[in-house]
Amino acid sequence: MCGLIGIMDTSGRCFSGHDIVVGISNMEERGNGLGAGFAVYGCYPQYADCYAFHVMYTRPDSRSQVEAFLREHFTWVHAEEVPHQPVTDLPNPPLIWRYFLQLPDSAHLSFQTKGRVPFDEAECVVDRVMRVNTAGLGAYIYSSGKDVGVFKGVGHPQQIAEYFGLEEYSGYLWTAHTRFPTNTPGWWGGAHPFGLLNWTVVHNGEISSYGTNRRYLEMMGYHCTMQTDTEVIAYAADFLMRRQGLPVEIAVRVMAAPLWDEIARMDPEEQALMRALRQVYGPLLINGPFTVIIARQGEMIGLTDRIRLRPLTAAIHGDRLYLASEEAPIRLICPQPERVWTPVGGEPIIGRLGESPREEAVWCVESSLYTCVS
Amino acid sequence: MSLSLLTAEFHVERDEIRCIACQVCVRQCANDVHVYDPDDDRVYSDETRCVGCHRCATLCPTRALTIRCTPQEFRANANWSPSIITSVFKQAETGGVLLTGMGCDQPYPIYFDHILLNAAQVTNPSIDPLREPMELRTFIGRKPEQVGVVQDRDNMRLETRLAPQLVLETPILFSAMSYGSISYNACLSLARAAKECGILYNTGEGGLHPTLYEYGPYTIAQVASGRFGVHRAYLETAAALEIKIGQGAKPGIGGHLPGEKVSEDVSRTRMIPQGTDALSPAPHHDIYSIEDLRQLIYALKEATNYTKPVGVKVAAVHHIAPIASGIARAGADYIAIDGLRGGTGAAPTVIRNNVGIPIEMAIAAVDERLRQEGIRNQVSLIAAGSIRSSADVVKAIALGADAVYIGTAALVAMGCHLCQKCYTGKCNWGIATQDPYLTKRLNPNIGARRLVNLLRAWSLEIKEMLGGMGINAIESLRGNRDHLRGVGLNEVELRVLGIKAAGES
Repeated sequence: MCGLIGIMDTSGRCFSGHDIVVGISNMEERGNGLGAGFAVYGCYPQYADCYAFHVMYTRPDSRSQVEAFLREHFTWVHAEEVPHQPVTDLPNPPLIWRYFLQLPDSAHLSFQTKGRVPFDEAECVVDRVMRVNTAGLGAYIYSSGKDVGVFKGVGHPQQIAEYFGLEEYSGYLWTAHTRFPTNTPGWWGGAHPFGLLNWTVVHNGEISSYGTNRRYLEMMGYHCTMQTDTEVIAYAADFLMRRQGLPVEIAVRVMAAPLWDEIARMDPEEQALMRALRQVYGPLLINGPFTVIIARQGEMIGLTDRIRLRPLTAAIHGDRLYLASEEAPIRLICPQPERVWTPVGGEPIIGRLGESPREEAVWCVESSLYTCVS
Repeated sequence: MSLSLLTAEFHVERDEIRCIACQVCVRQCANDVHVYDPDDDRVYSDETRCVGCHRCATLCPTRALTIRCTPQEFRANANWSPSIITSVFKQAETGGVLLTGMGCDQPYPIYFDHILLNAAQVTNPSIDPLREPMELRTFIGRKPEQVGVVQDRDNMRLETRLAPQLVLETPILFSAMSYGSISYNACLSLARAAKECGILYNTGEGGLHPTLYEYGPYTIAQVASGRFGVHRAYLETAAALEIKIGQGAKPGIGGHLPGEKVSEDVSRTRMIPQGTDALSPAPHHDIYSIEDLRQLIYALKEATNYTKPVGVKVAAVHHIAPIASGIARAGADYIAIDGLRGGTGAAPTVIRNNVGIPIEMAIAAVDERLRQEGIRNQVSLIAAGSIRSSADVVKAIALGADAVYIGTAALVAMGCHLCQKCYTGKCNWGIATQDPYLTKRLNPNIGARRLVNLLRAWSLEIKEMLGGMGINAIESLRGNRDHLRGVGLNEVELRVLGIKAAGES
């Protein structure tokens, strides 16, 4: 059991971490102090065109090696230790630095193309992130997007928020997670959100298709290093939407594929599309119980598994879209939302910058089946 | 002729109090074990002829017969076992290659029996297949690198055209068994069952009997080295074509259908003279390297206008991983890999018992190799070679197969008792014979029903196992070795299988 929450202001107005900390802290039952974290979009406007790497050093001596690697492969704009303050009962925080980096124009010269993947800036960054994370240095780049930051660790949400001083940050999209780890150890790298490039993922559930998902993504050049199943969702999102260029509405149909019985009731054109998606991307079907909030610049996606074995509540108030494991934290932050509802299993709730949040799923395969409950 | 040193393998025990001398056993035994003596009004048995098929014991109305392994024992010797001694006797007497039928019966490790499955507890709810959807539908065929989607207004449509795919309602197919090696009624049973279950059966290299053309959409037509029965209509009728390079029971050697089994009907279907031995060469005479295979794959695709998948069946041998990689790159839509314990209608015993590797190792190695090369999704893998239960199916798929072939299990469902005498043409169960007196024993309606029942039962069990693991679609099991643990395996075996030992989390 884990708790998660996401708040997005679709008009792009930034707000502080106060609300999200209040919201996630309310779901105390869902965590046990072995992991909590936050992702915030729009937090580094002064470095908006830089990759903001947050790097966790479980062995402080590896910093010089990682920094030498980063200096060799990136244009160094700025670096600092991530500001933090002492918090009682927060044992052994690792050293965490952040680096604002740009890819030099010459990057393509040193980039080893992996077979059929042509040079691409994002591909190059992914490759370098994977190289650091798999180097065995005890150093992990767990946040690597532009104008986005992931703050996480082993502790209760309030402790992590206090440690990083999240009330001082502001952004237009926040997600948060509180963890009750089951299948993998509670360690700083294993807390959520997981980030790769601009993607971040918070996840409640256990992925029973993990082995299939992981091996497929490994074949595609991703490496799972965080000892937990959630990172495959971040990589799957990156693979489907960035590398394969699929729209978000299609990508969620891969991860929470419609049942064959549902596909049989679609019109022939949709049938052909859905069948092809399941045939080709079947290894990325996320099986087992899950609720996830996947975010990237300007977009927040809430999704449950197709038979809805984990909870998700959505709410809209003005320009704000709220997604959370429970209704209570939403009501605590926003006592009278205009609408609150429980999305149907497998139906994505998508918030987009510049689009007023809508209750209907943006794209429904079968409107009658996916009528939302107000 | 000198005295044969061979003694009976079996012991026929007849309960004289129960026996009513009805002579059912006499009529049922094609090996002439039982003889009725009218003078004595008694039935006597010549057990030296008994093959242990249990036909007589099963049909005896008073259950008077019990067939046992012979109590006759050689002096104990861990090195010179009775089967080795009798093999030497047989060869000293005949000077020939010893033949056998069915799959390897030697006590090599059966890795399936050293692999345990996972189940969800607490943190991940198991799924009850009686209450929740549970999907087994499987597609066999080449998959593209990417699905192109066109977005016009609110609508999205598929842009990519997929290569032809076979649809299976459960991830099981009937393995290649030719008309000739098995009876027409057995073929018909398989075809009917495949149709009813939404799966496919395989003609083997026996061609396709004209009356089975109506089952074309459920038929994989094999093109083997003998090219028996291969002609235009044959290729056009089938749903998929399969180039048979090798077979698990006899890697590296050709096929041999004895003339006794080449009846008039078989001869017409195979397009060979009646009563002649049907010998398929060891290699295809037009395939001496991988590029030749590629040519044959594309020749078949051209011949059928790229409308159906073309697969390649190979035996699991030591270098199966690079071989499979080559086959995938040669353009095959699927690769069927037949392991050491795969069955046969006839094979030299020494080959069957000593050549090849177990399917568990082969499928794991191939799946891993294709992933390393980034081409696993371009080709489907079918595991064959002694899939004995639904658990074997689940384990094979978790190791990396897309689906499995079952041959022996299907025959057993139709009544086969694994007496291993298929090559004699005297199958008392009417399966591996062309003798009309024997073939009519297999009623195709009953045969098909028993096969459908078996597939239904296995599918239900697969769903239970999937649900237990918290998985509700078979594609999430594929290659999912996290759900497997090894017991009693050494480190090398675990590494090749790509699984952890029980107790490791």
